Amino acid sequence: MNFLLEIGTEEIPHWMIPGALSQLAKLDLFGAAPTVDATPRRLVVRATGLPERTPDQEQLVKGPPISAGDKAAAGFAKKQGVGLSAMQKVGDYYELRKQIPGRAVRDLLAESLPGSILGIQWAKTMYWGAKGSPRFIRPIRWIVALLNDEVIDFEVAGVKSGNLSRGHRVLANRQVKVDYDSIEAVLRANSVILSAAERRAKIETEARALGATIEPELLETLTYITEFPAAIKGDFDPAYLELPAEVLTMVMRHHQKYFAVESAPGVLAPHFVAVMNISGDPDGLVKRGNERVLKARFNDARFFWEVDQKKKLADRVEDLSHVTFQAKLGTYLEKTTRVIHIVGELGGGPDAKGAARLAKADLTTEMVKEFTDLQGIVGGLYAKHQGEPKAVSDAIYEHYKPLSMEDSIPSTRAGQVLAIADKVDNLREFFRVDLAPTGSKDPFALRRAAQGIVKIAVEGKLDYSVEHFAGKPDGALYDFLLERADYYFRSQGFKYDEVRAVLNTQVRHAGLHYIHQRLTALAEIRPTPDFEPLAASFRRIQNILKQAEFKPQGPINQPLLEAGPERTLFEKYQQVSAVARSSQTPYRKALEEIASMRPHVDAFFDQILVNAKDQIIRENRLTLLYNILKEFSTIADFSEIVTSGDQK
Amino acid sequence: MDSFQETILKLKHYWSEHGAIITEPYDVEVGAGTMCPETFLRVLGPKPYRVAYVQPSRRPADGRYGDNPNRLYKHQQLQVILKPSPADVLDLYLASLEAIGIDLSKHDIKFEEDNWESPTLGAWGVGWQVMLDGMEITQFTYFQQCGGINLDLVPAEITYGLERLVAFLQNVDSVYDIEWTKGVKYRDVRFAEELQFSVWNFEMADVERLWRLFGEHEAECKSLLAQYEKYSDKHRFPVLPTYDQVLKCSNLFNLLDARGAISVTERVAVIKRVRDLAVGTAKLWAAQQELA
Repeated sequence: MNFLLEIGTEEIPHWMIPGALSQLAKLDLFGAAPTVDATPRRLVVRATGLPERTPDQEQLVKGPPISAGDKAAAGFAKKQGVGLSAMQKVGDYYELRKQIPGRAVRDLLAESLPGSILGIQWAKTMYWGAKGSPRFIRPIRWIVALLNDEVIDFEVAGVKSGNLSRGHRVLANRQVKVDYDSIEAVLRANSVILSAAERRAKIETEARALGATIEPELLETLTYITEFPAAIKGDFDPAYLELPAEVLTMVMRHHQKYFAVESAPGVLAPHFVAVMNISGDPDGLVKRGNERVLKARFNDARFFWEVDQKKKLADRVEDLSHVTFQAKLGTYLEKTTRVIHIVGELGGGPDAKGAARLAKADLTTEMVKEFTDLQGIVGGLYAKHQGEPKAVSDAIYEHYKPLSMEDSIPSTRAGQVLAIADKVDNLREFFRVDLAPTGSKDPFALRRAAQGIVKIAVEGKLDYSVEHFAGKPDGALYDFLLERADYYFRSQGFKYDEVRAVLNTQVRHAGLHYIHQRLTALAEIRPTPDFEPLAASFRRIQNILKQAEFKPQGPINQPLLEAGPERTLFEKYQQVSAVARSSQTPYRKALEEIASMRPHVDAFFDQILVNAKDQIIRENRLTLLYNILKEFSTIADFSEIVTSGDQK
Repeated sequence: MDSFQETILKLKHYWSEHGAIITEPYDVEVGAGTMCPETFLRVLGPKPYRVAYVQPSRRPADGRYGDNPNRLYKHQQLQVILKPSPADVLDLYLASLEAIGIDLSKHDIKFEEDNWESPTLGAWGVGWQVMLDGMEITQFTYFQQCGGINLDLVPAEITYGLERLVAFLQNVDSVYDIEWTKGVKYRDVRFAEELQFSVWNFEMADVERLWRLFGEHEAECKSLLAQYEKYSDKHRFPVLPTYDQVLKCSNLFNLLDARGAISVTERVAVIKRVRDLAVGTAKLWAAQQELA
């Protein structure tokens, strides 16, 4: 049988719709696979091949012991709603094979759907009736629930299920009868495109044809705030192009949800593309209205730009003493002083220091007060306009980067150092006053800051270790940074055991960029045949030493080494360590060398008894193993590598 | 083309036809129509209520000496409360736009998520900003909490920004060019007020005196709040005058803010002082509603 569910609501916030759909895609439909789709006003689930009934089942119910007598058995039978004759004697007990008839799927769905609907998890819910009434993301206004042609009867939040959907709020504001086969066509005839993919494609095609630069995030937003999208092109006075493209684009994209139009890559044209939720604009009224709004917005921006130029960034630095950084942490002027100092600590040059001095001054500008997301960018633009060196203005422009794990790092060295210093200051200060992130709470985005630092150091190939940032190799901040480094490396595709193998060693004191190189080499050599078995051997060594409670007493006593596997292993160890230790040896080569020890380690364990009767010999063998482990653990902690043997 | 006042009259008429009590603006300074007792207090308790009124709303910091075509120290809101919210509330709202001459088939209407929160009132709700051809013309909110109290019946609040809406309808770029009535512009009626209040709000209001007034109204409010418990005939207890004191404090806070007299750190503390008064008053009102 075919299943159709449509939850009709008032307009759902666009960004929550995909999450709700992925939950509905897991709806239990008796083996049938749900397909889901949505517009801002409806969440739709469809499935085919549902059974009419669930199968009959037999349940075994254990009764009283036979020794309890017929009376007890009769009582039991009565309770179960059967006659005594239905009971069987099995062993010492009565037993009842109870027949549980299957049930109509329609009835089962009528029972389960209200809970499934109200059980959808949302970031924020509301109630719209009396106190204690059901909560949902927005009021539920209609429900279509059908199994073939029959309504699955239920009520949720005061709304009875039926077979009536609704058309577009303005273009076809009426109830329309739908079923599994007809819903898309009926909705389309009533100015609703149910398929998000189709709306997305329609917006993209039309907007492109009008010259829009497609921004994926905006495209997604528009897909889920329209039921019947259509793109139109509008114009603005080219005189506004004097304003920085970043400001114009920000106003268009974020405030007005318009696509920008470029005449050449990176060059804005005096047009925009808006996406309407109606089919057309024959009289040009929508175009005119949007142009009017944009003009007012651009006027504001121009006004801010002009007012802001009356006072240079350099003259605004002192004003930062009136801008609070954080209640417990003083002002942005104090922060500026600290960041300049950290830039020095990190070896930044005059450009980075100059940029650090001006970096926060844009917080006092009208432009940033209005367009908060443009902080840094505005500072960079103003610095450039006010004749600061390019290295300085570029560094300011990019110093909040990277804004996410996907975002790029600042493109200049001064920008990278400033971006790190700014974030390091955040971390040090918030940790100092006990405002470190806890659990899922990270109100000051410190995790993002720490990951940003790691990303810049690695991708900028900068020679900074975690200690450079944390100040000392212990304490909460140090651990936090290591943990975020771990997270960063794993997000780059390294396996958790590889990351641990490297970060567990002294290597963690090395530069983050260097750690990254080591991880790369480790990941490369991992698939080679000798590597994982050797890692397993290393763990074996570790276990042996642990069990023996071994404490190193002195160097290896060479004459005591037995000819054969023991001596061979020792010689191989010496040879490999000479190569591996040399700073001339690339890390990859060192790892290959170590891996080449595998047959010798295997032979040693096969043929040599570590726990020799002679205590001196036993001590010497343990010393040999200890030295091997210690020597090569500086390269990576091989015992951390999870081998295929472990997984069995 | 309708004048400013004709549009207002049509909206009032429309909501009157839909069962709303039409009241005149509240006579104490407020920053938004939400703060009037007709909204803030009436949404509390289980009694259904429908009301609509125009409320001139003062936001001292938004003043621009009459220079800015879109920003005003005092703008006018048409505020509608429908408690409880009917199931067709959005259709009712859209029909009100048609009632003032907007042909919805030719305009782009979108409901974009916009949740409302007033820290000074201990109130929040969820809803949308209604966008007409890219311009926000209305704030639509389902209140969830007021004065820190979960509401018995969720009302819908519809707040039309009248200047913007009419500037749009009349296709003028500046609110000052709106035709208020035949032969009279918005400028003729309101410019002097915008200019003079900007001067006073930003340049001349005596900060010490404002603080003192804030303290006086706060003290009166606290004193009243403290007396409720022991007051014998609770029906007579002046909760409404107590609430006026909250409004006075809220407006004084806004004035001090515009004057630059409240530092960022102080701000949170002062907001809390006002919220405590608002929450305290809301509790008394709710308690009074429950009296037989």
